[in-house]
Amino acid sequence: MLDPVIAAASVIAASIAVGFAGLGPGLGQGNAAGLAVEGIARQPEAEGKIRGTLLLSFAFMESLTIYGLVVSLSLLFANPFVK
Amino acid sequence: MNTSLYLSEVSVGKHFYWYLGENSFHGETLLVSFFVLLAIILFSVLGTGKLSWIPLQFQNFVEFVIEFIESIAKTQLGESFYREWTSFIGTLFLFIFFSNWAGALIPWKLIELPEGELAAPTNDINTTAALALLVSLAYFYAGFKAKGIGYFKRYISPTPILLPINILEDFTKPLSLSFRLFGNVLADELTVNVLSSLVPLLIPVPIMILGIFASSIQALIFATLAASYIAESLE
Repeated sequence: MLDPVIAAASVIAASIAVGFAGLGPGLGQGNAAGLAVEGIARQPEAEGKIRGTLLLSFAFMESLTIYGLVVSLSLLFANPFVK
Repeated sequence: MNTSLYLSEVSVGKHFYWYLGENSFHGETLLVSFFVLLAIILFSVLGTGKLSWIPLQFQNFVEFVIEFIESIAKTQLGESFYREWTSFIGTLFLFIFFSNWAGALIPWKLIELPEGELAAPTNDINTTAALALLVSLAYFYAGFKAKGIGYFKRYISPTPILLPINILEDFTKPLSLSFRLFGNVLADELTVNVLSSLVPLLIPVPIMILGIFASSIQALIFATLAASYIAESLE
């Protein structure tokens, strides 16, 4: 049976996990995108290379958010504390 | 437990089980992965069936794909090692790319299953964990083949103090590879599902396009990371 305390705690923990996991990568991606725009403005002919590197590093930062999402999904859909 | 599922037709963690003796298999994942395998075989057979000196349209496209994969391998592994590993990295790239796009582009919801639903095989963590473990095996193999037993020297490479961190890295590499791919594919499907349960028309389309773009980037990332891990143990 479902323990309401565990259910409530899991839902709150899931939302906190996604929220905080989004915080850091958001700052990082903003920083990276700003610097990339600066680089393109200074050297427009390097745009292709900068775009490729930017997308690749975005995906790395994104994966940190995704870790938080995986934790929260496992809390919501595959909770190990619910029998 | 399942009250949170009523909000939309999200079936995370529900599978269409096949049983073989004691073991159970996720049928929907296997079905779509065999579909993806067939698609890749068809793609390569059609592309290389009638090779001509001056490539025609489809052969030209397949050659472009192969050159793209070679460029991934070459930028990470360097000129001297890349030919040996191009096939492995290309297999990973093509399988992940085809399965992500098969999940995103083909309307699998039209086919009803008794439980679970057909989707990209990479939204099952077992698939991505298997792919990530293959990468682990590959870089151990590459390191042993290049250096023999001296491969273990990298565990104490800057100083012996870093030994636990270096050992831990062998576990975090497959973990992060598998979680990254699994989470990205599942997150795309979840956002599309939730949005289309709120507004069924037009609104989810930009998210779907973003998902198609992001999933192709994830295939590229997985292949690039596999190549760079192999390069790390070769150097």
